[in-house]
Amino acid sequence: MTQSNIPALEGPCCPLPIADRGQIVLGHGSGGQMTHDLVRDVFQSRLANPILNTANDAAYLVDAPPGKRLVVSTDAHIVSPLFFAGGDIGRLAVCGTVNDVAMLGADPRFLTATFILEEGFSIQELELIVDSFAEACLEAGVELIAADTKVTEKGKSDKLFISTTGFGWADSQLQIGGEQAKPGDVVIISGPVGNHGIAVAEARGNFGFSSQVRSDIAPLNHLVKALLDAGLDVHVLRDPTRGGLATTLVEIARQSQVNIQLEEENIPIDKPVRKTCELLGLDPLYMANEGKLILILPGDQTEEALHLMHITRYGEAAKVIGQVLESSKGQVWLQTPFGTTRVLEMLAGEMLPRIC
Amino acid sequence: MTDPTANLRDASLTKSILAEVRRITTQPWNIMEICGGQTHAIMQYGLDQLLPPEITLIHGPGCPVCVTSLQAIEQGLQIASRPDVIFTTFGDMLRVPGNQADLFTARSQGADVRVVYSPLDSLKIANANPDKQVVFFAIGFETTAPTIASTILTASRNGVNNFSILPANVLVPPAMHAILSNPTNRVQGFLAAGHVCAVMGYHEYLPIAEQYQIPIVVTGFEPVDLATGILMAVQQLEAGQHEVTNAYPRFVTREGNQVAQKIISQVFEPVDRQWRGIGTIPLSGLGLRPEYASFNGLPRFELDQTPLYESPLCIAGKVLSGIAKPLDCPAFSTECTPAHPLGAPMVSSEGACAAYYRYHRIPG
Repeated sequence: MTQSNIPALEGPCCPLPIADRGQIVLGHGSGGQMTHDLVRDVFQSRLANPILNTANDAAYLVDAPPGKRLVVSTDAHIVSPLFFAGGDIGRLAVCGTVNDVAMLGADPRFLTATFILEEGFSIQELELIVDSFAEACLEAGVELIAADTKVTEKGKSDKLFISTTGFGWADSQLQIGGEQAKPGDVVIISGPVGNHGIAVAEARGNFGFSSQVRSDIAPLNHLVKALLDAGLDVHVLRDPTRGGLATTLVEIARQSQVNIQLEEENIPIDKPVRKTCELLGLDPLYMANEGKLILILPGDQTEEALHLMHITRYGEAAKVIGQVLESSKGQVWLQTPFGTTRVLEMLAGEMLPRIC
Repeated sequence: MTDPTANLRDASLTKSILAEVRRITTQPWNIMEICGGQTHAIMQYGLDQLLPPEITLIHGPGCPVCVTSLQAIEQGLQIASRPDVIFTTFGDMLRVPGNQADLFTARSQGADVRVVYSPLDSLKIANANPDKQVVFFAIGFETTAPTIASTILTASRNGVNNFSILPANVLVPPAMHAILSNPTNRVQGFLAAGHVCAVMGYHEYLPIAEQYQIPIVVTGFEPVDLATGILMAVQQLEAGQHEVTNAYPRFVTREGNQVAQKIISQVFEPVDRQWRGIGTIPLSGLGLRPEYASFNGLPRFELDQTPLYESPLCIAGKVLSGIAKPLDCPAFSTECTPAHPLGAPMVSSEGACAAYYRYHRIPG
């Protein structure tokens, strides 16, 4: 043995635990010091507010103001990949739930969230996602008031799942819902459809080309508030997420026992979305959206609604796309530019690209 | 830049062409559009609603997933379910029912089934997974054959040993022969599939038009293309002509894409093939030539012989050969829907039953 192989013993040499691994390990889910450090460094530092800061096992909800009632919605967010053009799972987890609460005409105020982390997930990516989560909360004007993290063994989950529950207050008198569409109503869409579905599909890396399409993820509660504050008689609000515009309208037509007739030419679709769909044999009317809403209200309020939407963020490109007709059949009809009609159905399963 | 498809979707131009069809039609004519993509476009734009009642469009067998045999699907399911296999396929194939299961079911049970947009992606997967066998489900007509053939050439050149195909490609002209020689045939004119002709040209249709005294019009997929194809077919029918004409000259020449044809014939040779719902058609499929036979996935795996079961309710064979329309089927939109298909034509977006379900159901 040569001299150089003898280690220099300059201090304590018992193995100290590695404090900063850069990735999630099972110890982050132990409930002990590592969990506390993760919660403090990654979550509380970004999402602090007086309610969350109490650090108890539960939070008191603030009472609803007089004349208001509590609205609640919950949603689990699983998206692969976690980052895509125009957004990530953090923004999605906030906006998805905020929008669901807003679609009953409520003003979303609070969120709770569960972050399910897979062993080995990068803490740097987690920080980026929590940054984006916090930014979306700020934009929507909601506070995270309770949260939980869990860690699964590697392979038992996929990087990161986020489940959120949203709470808001709605005027007790409001009757907004998918069952409220009435003959004589108009159907308005807040902007072009299909962008989120294309952006996520492209991020999966299987297009082999760049479509330049960005997800439309956005909180829509301020747009909803603008419509309700103006005293419009809103019958239906719905965000056409999974299943797209067509599936959501079929749901509404069935719930309300009416027919909905759409003008195909008036449905706004961005050109890159249309071209990508044509190339791959997909239908933009069935592609997911995360920042669009369908508004249905009496025909005589069309102009005022459109004007309000056009001057409010995320409603600038709103258009009338159809009308509600008397019928108990619950069907959605599309009027083509050729003067022909066809019926729109719900999406049958996963949308599959065509062969040729 | 202006949208080059805008004129081809011009409603007034399409309507004026179809008005001419109405003007010249004096008697009933049955015209088959061969390709499922054309069926889909006709239904999507509602062009059938603009035709005179004398003109009947019959939907042809040109849906690649619809005609892929049950046996091939069962073989695919067995191969895909092996733990040492990554099975790659075009997306449409996932929901096509085999005896009891489809590839979605196999995937839910742990099979590694991946959708690819190009067969060449399978080679990337094979390179990234040297411990796995990557098997590509080679389906489709002359349109998918060139890229599949060039994938095999690339694999051969680079010595990729863990890649193979499940060969199931089929050819259009033999299917036209099968339809026209059937005693119950009703087809009096064809709209040939524009993209198949872009690859193969249309010279191989000349003997068919002559032998069966039937007009064949090479036709594209946009509303103006389809209306023009229909008009040119009706013009010939009314004049008693039977020629091959080209309504898709911006992509199709008589000789076609000879580079693609050469690649196909370098790798493949015609073999007898079974068509789902129709039966075996002589020399209607593409099998691997002996020098590329090592890329045939079938001999690489020991497969069980499973008895093949088709739903007795499904009339897919009659639909695919133009004898019946989807609405003639008692199971249509009742027992058989896109979510629970009994037969393949209800699965693919190119399948006639799926096109009818999506665009053409009777209100009610």
